[in-house]
Amino acid sequence: MTDIVFLLNGEAQRLTDVPATRTLLDWLRETKHLTGTKEGCNEGDCGACTVMVTDAGGAKSLNACILLMGQLHGKAVRTVEGISAPDGTPHPVQEAMVKHHGSQCGFCTPGIVVSLAVGHMNGAKNHDEVLAGNLCRCTGYAPIIRAAEAVEGVDVPEWMAEDLAALEGVAGLTPPYAPVTVGALADWYRDNPDATLVGGATDVGLWLTKRLMDLPKVAFLGGIDEMKQIEVRKDMIRIGAGATITTLEQVMAEYHPSFAAMLRRYASTQIRNAATIGGNIANGSPIGDGPPALIALGATLHLRCGDKRREMPLEDFFVAYGKQDRKAGEFVEAISVPRQADRLKCYKLSKRFDQDISAVCGCFNITVEGGKVTAARIAFGGMAGTPQRATHVEQALIGQDWTKETVTAARDGFAQDYTPMSDMRATAQYRLETAQNMLLRCYFEDQGTPVNVLEVQP
Amino acid sequence: MSVGKSLPHDSAPLHVTGAARYIDDIPVTADCLHLAFGLSSVAHGDITAIDLDAVRAADGVVAVLTADDLPGDCDVSPAAHDEPLLADGTVHYVGQPVFIVVATSHLAARKAARLGNIEYAEKTAILTIEDALFADSRFEGGPVIWTKGDADGALKNAPHSLRGNITMGGQEHFYLEGQAALVIPQEGGDMLVHSSTQHPTEIQHKVSHALGLPMNAVRVETRRMGGGFGGKESQGNALAVACAVVARQLERPCKMRYDRDDDMVITGKRHDFRVDYQVGFDGEGRISGIEFTQYARCGWSQDLSLPVADRAMLHADNAYHLPDIRITSHRLRTNTQSATAYRGFGGPQGIVGIERVMDHVAATLGLDPLAVRQKNFYASGGDISAKKKQGQETPYGQQVEDFILNELVAELAESSDYHARRAAIAKWNAENPVLKKGIALTPVKFGISFTLTHLNQAGALVHVYQDGSIHLNHGGTEMGQGLFQKVAQVAAQVFGVGLEAVKITATDTAKVPNTSATAASSGSDLNGMAVKAACEELRGRIAAFLADQQGKKVSDVEFVDGMVNVGRRQFTFARAAQLAYEGRISLSATGFYKTPKIMWDRIKGRGRPFLYFAYGAAVTEVVIDTLTGENRILRADILHDAGASLNPDLDIGQVEGAYVQGAGWLTMEELVWDDKGHLKTHAPSTYKIPACSDRPDVFNVALWDGRNQEDTIYRSKAVGEPPFVNGVSAFLALSDAVAACGDAYPALDAPATPERILTAVNRQKGSA
Repeated sequence: MTDIVFLLNGEAQRLTDVPATRTLLDWLRETKHLTGTKEGCNEGDCGACTVMVTDAGGAKSLNACILLMGQLHGKAVRTVEGISAPDGTPHPVQEAMVKHHGSQCGFCTPGIVVSLAVGHMNGAKNHDEVLAGNLCRCTGYAPIIRAAEAVEGVDVPEWMAEDLAALEGVAGLTPPYAPVTVGALADWYRDNPDATLVGGATDVGLWLTKRLMDLPKVAFLGGIDEMKQIEVRKDMIRIGAGATITTLEQVMAEYHPSFAAMLRRYASTQIRNAATIGGNIANGSPIGDGPPALIALGATLHLRCGDKRREMPLEDFFVAYGKQDRKAGEFVEAISVPRQADRLKCYKLSKRFDQDISAVCGCFNITVEGGKVTAARIAFGGMAGTPQRATHVEQALIGQDWTKETVTAARDGFAQDYTPMSDMRATAQYRLETAQNMLLRCYFEDQGTPVNVLEVQP
Repeated sequence: MSVGKSLPHDSAPLHVTGAARYIDDIPVTADCLHLAFGLSSVAHGDITAIDLDAVRAADGVVAVLTADDLPGDCDVSPAAHDEPLLADGTVHYVGQPVFIVVATSHLAARKAARLGNIEYAEKTAILTIEDALFADSRFEGGPVIWTKGDADGALKNAPHSLRGNITMGGQEHFYLEGQAALVIPQEGGDMLVHSSTQHPTEIQHKVSHALGLPMNAVRVETRRMGGGFGGKESQGNALAVACAVVARQLERPCKMRYDRDDDMVITGKRHDFRVDYQVGFDGEGRISGIEFTQYARCGWSQDLSLPVADRAMLHADNAYHLPDIRITSHRLRTNTQSATAYRGFGGPQGIVGIERVMDHVAATLGLDPLAVRQKNFYASGGDISAKKKQGQETPYGQQVEDFILNELVAELAESSDYHARRAAIAKWNAENPVLKKGIALTPVKFGISFTLTHLNQAGALVHVYQDGSIHLNHGGTEMGQGLFQKVAQVAAQVFGVGLEAVKITATDTAKVPNTSATAASSGSDLNGMAVKAACEELRGRIAAFLADQQGKKVSDVEFVDGMVNVGRRQFTFARAAQLAYEGRISLSATGFYKTPKIMWDRIKGRGRPFLYFAYGAAVTEVVIDTLTGENRILRADILHDAGASLNPDLDIGQVEGAYVQGAGWLTMEELVWDDKGHLKTHAPSTYKIPACSDRPDVFNVALWDGRNQEDTIYRSKAVGEPPFVNGVSAFLALSDAVAACGDAYPALDAPATPERILTAVNRQKGSA
């Protein structure tokens, strides 16, 4: 119970009696009786609860169902009720959605309107990407896209501006659970190793809404600006653990575009705006999409406990399923990736292209010089209990001619490297076979053969 | 003229501002209680012990109920009286409600519901179609068999024959608003129920039965659903009955809504099917004899499975004249969620069977599948009247009098450039070793009417107030399809007023009684006609009064542009209403409609179950990756028949949405149960409905320009379910792409996930 101060639809809110781990969605609907924001899935997968959150970094769409009250401090929240003007004048997106028949049952519509309004504010024209996290079961999306296209270039209404300055008087407020420096976090967490660290809450949110856990002691890391930075140095790219996937995608677009393209399919816009790369690593998921690419790039993980720091190759952090090499009170501070010529190819395989968890995620960093493979780092998610390198395959490639024969022969190595499992996403056999085929795809792509269904025109 | 106009959905301005109210948005008093179910964790077993102490002790818990705490008969089945609200000694699937938690908040109820400790003596669980066949676990004693002509003889004499089978998975409705009910006790023990249901009368019936009340003591109101798709035809019963029982016991308002995972684990889905076929045909692909065996996995209770399986049989012919046919249908009982209504109601499963046959025959003969389809089409409606309807009878004996697919498909093939694109795709495939394209054109003929004949009725209640404002009510429910708007357009049309004069109101069992479910695509057909009848009655009364008053004939009175013209005198509609009121004319009327011409004997499988057929066709082009099975829909062209559309844009919205949902069913939407009967895909994290980027890049949708030959509401046609079947073209286009990898017929099963596609590609490569 601590003060949380933020703007809601332009009006300052100071809350002293709200549990920091209550979801914004429940607070909006149950306490404020603002029922426009809907609960569709309660796990950040449908977007019916999408709200607009603005901070110094600009306006973003986020899922209110896994956005915790403690994350809102110092920010501006705008719900569907605040997308229209205070006098009821509709936003251009709202008018277009009516005109183009963008709603049928209407239940997903508030979330769609907010996502579109955020996209509109940011000048987005990649509407599929803006809406990847908003499921609609009625329309088939076509009329929604027509609405989105109709408002491209239309002026953003003045009432959408957020007056964050109105919160300035409270900006100095630093609740103990929301440190603003890494050092403060490090000391606090060393002394409170039983606490839960909350980055974007895209995983922790589910512990609350689905596992129904109580989290009595949490620290919100969103206020630590220094942890969110990505620095491109001469010899390395240093990625702060608090950098969101959205930020990482923007940086990687320049240095490793295939990684960026894969990150574009990492969950949805709302999730990428919240999720941090540090969380993606620290939670140790065998199917997180960040680690395979970073491992293939030779990333180093930087851990910290109090003043003590240590580092290790990222792949060494993942000891076994559910077990990471992280000591009590120790947290992920950063990841660094050596600067290198871009050879990285990332392949994410799932039942649905957007916003699906990978059945297999394969990342290939293969260097060919003079027709021979001189280096190879290959890492996969979804093939084992942890993200892992395919060392047998790497060895079968290194020193060989970069030919289809080499690639075909090297494919056998996957069965030595991995014993995947069967689950609702894919069978073990399919995982193994597609991992092998991804190597072939990597070769074909290198040879200029079309291999990407996303690039095919009718 | 308001009929035929593309007006937006009546609630669209409320949808986009968040002001449209759904069940969980209705303001409640602070004493409202919240319910959650405790669920079974085994697929089949006797309950040997229930320890709910921890549940009772949990924060916020007010009461806990098991089957022993319920009043007399709390059945929630829509049909066979075989679904106790709470398991009564035996559980039949994983997810069956065993106890009710009543708590002060939704979250508290959910948390407590997990704390139950139930022990079971487990029994053998029958999970799959094969399990059920082995155990002879079924509804209706044995299979249902319908025959026409001599299938065996025709098969024997056919120059060519083949056999095969296809399995198709079920489908989660994934309405965005989960199941929900709110019950508010009234004075004298009456109950007011707000339910997200397609069938308010059924809710009223089940609640009154559970409470031992006459139906007049229970009022059910439904303003709108956040999606239904058939999933709210019977699946809302349990929540409404649970809330009513607790509301009576504790005398407090009660609300229940399923969390998404609970919703997916508890409620029924589309029936998954296997269809075996044997077909005889000539060198041009014309089918002579055919035999289908359909296996429907119905789940643990009967629910609506019998009419669903019937409708699958009724669509085994789809668009094709099959003179000698036998259809056998097995309705199998399994220890899984009770499969229920889902858009198309078995029709799509039946159609997938015959469309697979068309492709298989074409592949065997090396013909274009479209040519084989066209060879087998029913004769055109126009041709039939000339030929005195000879021989154009469905397998169940209904004359096909309104067939338009010969013309419609020809037009679509032309507008979509089907033949040239097919040739271009073959060339493209020859040049691309990894990626392969495919294309398919599939038609739909869908029978319109409830097959349970007595359901084909509807009522309406219309008031005209003395200020000329109109209050509209009917028995249909709004789930997003735009029914309320279409029906309001009918009312405005009859009175010659603007739509703003018509107030659309919530479906209410106290206003229109004994309603049928809003299902079987019948909403506008039935309720539109009932509203028209009520409005015409009122218009007639006003006209007679004014004619009399002005000394004119009734035929001199006309209602246009918001005015009532009586000879040369002109009144605003409001003034006319005022005058009628002062003249002591009743300005309230009911309307009623029952569908004519239909009669059906479901045991024999003979009769005329449908008033008419709705038609459509789609061409889909896809691309697959032969290394992973990943795939995309590149382009879809659809031409669909909505008769003389009441609202073309709303109908196009139905066609677009249905296509994407139909394609989703057959491609990425996969339900996975483990070998203990646990549904593993119980949230959108694991069950994937199409997302925005999954719609076709190029998506051309048009309505066929034609009128319904039958006398339906302004000659329009039903449009809810039929276009769902257009999604079949996406599935068969994927099959066509796989076919490019070898020489055999791919025999792809559905859903065609990347994994199934890759498996089929590997088989196909092996055949090359």
